[in-house]
Amino acid sequence: MNFESVVMPRTIEEAYELLKKEGHVAVGGGAWLHQQQKKIHTAVDLSYLGIDQISQTEESVYIGAMTNLRQIEKSEVLLGFMNGILPQAVSQIMGVTVRNLATIGGTIMGRLGFSDLITCLLALGASLHFHERGEISIEDFLQDKGLGKDLLIKIQIRKEPGYATFQTLKKTSLDFPIMNISVMRIGDHYRIAVGARPGIALLAYRTMKYLNGNKNPDPSIIHEATEILLGEIPFGDNLRGTKTYRQGLAKTLFLRGLREVVANEN
Amino acid sequence: MKISLLINDARYQVEARPDTSLLTLLRELGFKSVKKGCDSTSCGICTILVDGAPVPSCTYLAYRAEGRRITTVEGITKEAALLADYFGEYGADQCGFCNPGLALTVYAMKKELRYPTKEAIVHYLNGNLCRCSGYVAQQEAIYRYMEVEG
Repeated sequence: MNFESVVMPRTIEEAYELLKKEGHVAVGGGAWLHQQQKKIHTAVDLSYLGIDQISQTEESVYIGAMTNLRQIEKSEVLLGFMNGILPQAVSQIMGVTVRNLATIGGTIMGRLGFSDLITCLLALGASLHFHERGEISIEDFLQDKGLGKDLLIKIQIRKEPGYATFQTLKKTSLDFPIMNISVMRIGDHYRIAVGARPGIALLAYRTMKYLNGNKNPDPSIIHEATEILLGEIPFGDNLRGTKTYRQGLAKTLFLRGLREVVANEN
Repeated sequence: MKISLLINDARYQVEARPDTSLLTLLRELGFKSVKKGCDSTSCGICTILVDGAPVPSCTYLAYRAEGRRITTVEGITKEAALLADYFGEYGADQCGFCNPGLALTVYAMKKELRYPTKEAIVHYLNGNLCRCSGYVAQQEAIYRYMEVEG
């Protein structure tokens, strides 16, 4: 990405007003600057807004949109939340150098199909807080193309007891995933998200409904849940894998995740 | 725009476009240890430290480094030479192109991790690619370095 000028707002309101201007584009961590072959007039640098911290209350965990992936990986707050699922998921993204730069906000706003982090956040039922629009579920955001130039401030995940798993397969440790899947039990409910299909992550509604109607799943229920998952989640081809391969992979990764969740239910 | 940078504890005042990467600027200032590899954050060859944290200089915007401490391998010559001794002993270097970025990442890792396991070391360094060595000799050298010097 090439730009002629940069502005560095110090407040969220200032940043939001700048982003409404023609030719003004937000720059977050900047990890993707070289992948984007476009020229813009003015970069609006979000680094100086103070939205790069992780915090928690009794009810929720909050992650600022400009928090980088390395902060997430090392956060004591997140290591203690849902058996450390978010640090576990981000620790497999690229290398330490990129994780020191890439931000959770940039990942979400890009609606990146291959993202490990988005799959986890979707399974966790995270909410996104925008400056103008307010709170919206990540599920709705991922399907909504008409957001316009709003400013993502923070990500909220409500606390409930549970157990979370994340599975992914990559050809090499620095590659994008061929597929990823997150299986969780949050409170009394199963949550299942499948990503890198290669499309954007989706919740497996029918599979969740089936499992949530069958507490303490035995092997036959687990088998049936797998069949439902494969029937409801659309997969496709790309350079990293075929639809058929992804379907086979989904079965294995889902079984691993679900068995682990069931084994840790108490 | 005018940018004031602290590089290896020395102050530099430069004029650069706002979209200039730290890689480009550092090489223009004579820090030739900073290499251009993939130019897209994937290889780790351009790694430098900003406030002690390893980052890809190819995509790190130079103006963002204002007010921060930048370290290239020219700024850690003693540590780099010590690591080089271990690399020499284990035959871990061939062309040497990946070495500066790797040395800085090892330097950062040594400061960050206490008594890391081999798995933790490999995980920390997996963003620094090497086309020559096949990694085994590099890893053995670094394990030994961390064991003795860490």
